[in-house]
Amino acid sequence: MKITFPHMGNLYIAIEALLSELKFDLIIPPPSSKRTLTLGTKYSPETICLPLKLGVGNFLEGIELGADTGLMVGGRGPCRLGYYAALQQEILYDLGKEIEFIVLDHPKEDFVRFKSQIIPLIKAGGVKALAKGLALAWEKLVAVEKLERTAHYVRPREARPKAATQVLNRALQKLRHTNTVGGIRKLCRQECDHLRDLIDRNAQEPLKVGVVGEIYTILEPFANLDLEERLGYLGVEVLRTVSLVQWLKNNLILSSLGLYSNRWLRINARGYLHASVGGHGLESVARTVALAGQGYDGIIHILPFTCMPEIVAQCILPNVSVDYQIPVLSLVVDEHTGETGFQTRLEAFVDLLSRRGQGGLQHDSACISWS
Amino acid sequence: MTAPVYLGVDVGSVSTNLVLLDAHSLEVADKVYVRTQGQPIRTLQRAMAKIARKNQWQIVGVGTTGSARQLAGVILGADVVKNEITAHAVAALHVEKGVQTIIEIGGQDSKMIILRDGVVSDFAMNTVCAAGTGSFLDQQAARLGIPIQDFGRIALRSRHPVRIAGRCTVFAESDMIHKQQLGHSLADILAGLCDAMVRNYLTNVGKGKEIRPKIVFQGGVAANQGMRRAFEAALNAEVIVPRHFDVMGAIGAALLASETICREGATRFHGFEITESVYQNHSWECQDCSNQCEIVDIVKDGRIIASWGSRCGKTDSSSEYGMLGAGN
Repeated sequence: MKITFPHMGNLYIAIEALLSELKFDLIIPPPSSKRTLTLGTKYSPETICLPLKLGVGNFLEGIELGADTGLMVGGRGPCRLGYYAALQQEILYDLGKEIEFIVLDHPKEDFVRFKSQIIPLIKAGGVKALAKGLALAWEKLVAVEKLERTAHYVRPREARPKAATQVLNRALQKLRHTNTVGGIRKLCRQECDHLRDLIDRNAQEPLKVGVVGEIYTILEPFANLDLEERLGYLGVEVLRTVSLVQWLKNNLILSSLGLYSNRWLRINARGYLHASVGGHGLESVARTVALAGQGYDGIIHILPFTCMPEIVAQCILPNVSVDYQIPVLSLVVDEHTGETGFQTRLEAFVDLLSRRGQGGLQHDSACISWS
Repeated sequence: MTAPVYLGVDVGSVSTNLVLLDAHSLEVADKVYVRTQGQPIRTLQRAMAKIARKNQWQIVGVGTTGSARQLAGVILGADVVKNEITAHAVAALHVEKGVQTIIEIGGQDSKMIILRDGVVSDFAMNTVCAAGTGSFLDQQAARLGIPIQDFGRIALRSRHPVRIAGRCTVFAESDMIHKQQLGHSLADILAGLCDAMVRNYLTNVGKGKEIRPKIVFQGGVAANQGMRRAFEAALNAEVIVPRHFDVMGAIGAALLASETICREGATRFHGFEITESVYQNHSWECQDCSNQCEIVDIVKDGRIIASWGSRCGKTDSSSEYGMLGAGN
């Protein structure tokens, strides 16, 4: 059994840790690229969202490298993601790819199916290996997010452009080859220090922008055209509001035990949105409200074209923007890889934020200004 | 005797505009408009040669904008490289004090900029569709066999504009053909097309925006009187088309250059010698990792002067224009 799976940012590091501990043969598809996109769009329904298309591309590239089993998440709810596993499997069958699928369902939604899918994984390596694999995967996921968060902090302040990205990428590769919990924690500490050493002490205090929106497009740099890096180089400290660690904690562990509720989200979104509309729709609204109160300079809302939950949020955010006096830029991503238009919007948005921060009007007798 | 001027350059997909602003009055002293024709460097050199030949200007500051702003910045030695939204806003504020809404429609894109108290407070650009931009009007004028310059004048003659679907240019075109075959007059069809374009713009780009006067209409399409009248009818307000509506981006870039020079002093302009230099752009795919970045090197007289496109940064030039998009 050779397992492959779709990419979502650096999640592959955690999946790799878990599955190799269970002694599975693992085929990590090449990072999403223009080729992945071309393959994915060629075989996917036209109006489906980008995450499905890139996923199909990832599976096809994994199969080319010899994979015979696909790993994918399932789920229910208003977002179409829940049936993507089935759809991707159908698409691959139609292409003559005889590939088995392991679909991880939410234990609360369908415990029987969850159990039937998790048992072969346990049988493969034994309970002990599963426990160790889960521990390593969890630690790596925590470390990845910590490193990324540190890079978001360092980028707008770094002395040498792109240094933080270089250190981050090297650290992530080292992390892949570290296989003890203690080792992972030590590496993470060291590399975070290393990242912070890149800070220029005289750097100005950067603008702070929160990124809200659909989880895949936030986490996958190929899909969002390196949004977080671009903002960093424009002198913006990015807060990524979506965290897989938090998501797993809340939605998998706590919610399975009946201990999680989205009450704080509903409280924040009160007056705008009263129900979960699937995906991260409610989150996008609630987080925007919350960040406005925390002194953030602006919000970037990112979503794939045709994403229903985020379209709901997109229609609500202009009102939040007016009520809380916080600029919001919605960015829709799809197949286009033309970066110029994307960069133009980001630069203009950052200009808007910085001019606003300066109080707008700067009157200098000799120099012209904006008015 | 040469007069000191600020140079503003807007290299867009369709046209390359150069504007010279008098350094004292900040009025337009000269402007050059050339078609980009897919060769931004050559076009820029040709346009600069036109200015050099007049031999009456001394350039004391340079600003670039437009989709090739980064490239133009490197070639010229720009003091400021700025996105076109900011550049258009700066220019509109300069020529029309108190402007609160800017409608900008160019060849390939359209934008709306909302200003309050002289500061950009919101903006939007057309996203997934090019309906309602200059290229479509160009194409329809060509199909009807009228010069684009006459489009607006003819549309103004209309008494009963026909209803044309504006959502999508494919629908618009089939609607137009249908109306034309029924025998509607050319003027009514053109005016109907203007109305449709305006409706499309206001529902897509202007969605959710509070449009307050003063309203300024700029970009190449502002030359079309029919479009202006359609906007005035739809918005029920006066729409101002500034005198230099077609080069507002370049004016904005020049104004930003003057601001930068006030702050920083001497210009970094490379001089008119750039019209003599030989430039090559050379692109290659880096194979060092799986990202396979497409790297572009700009070579001037055999020497790499700038390089961009890498995600990791290792091939980027040390030049301040080398970063992703050169924010500034």
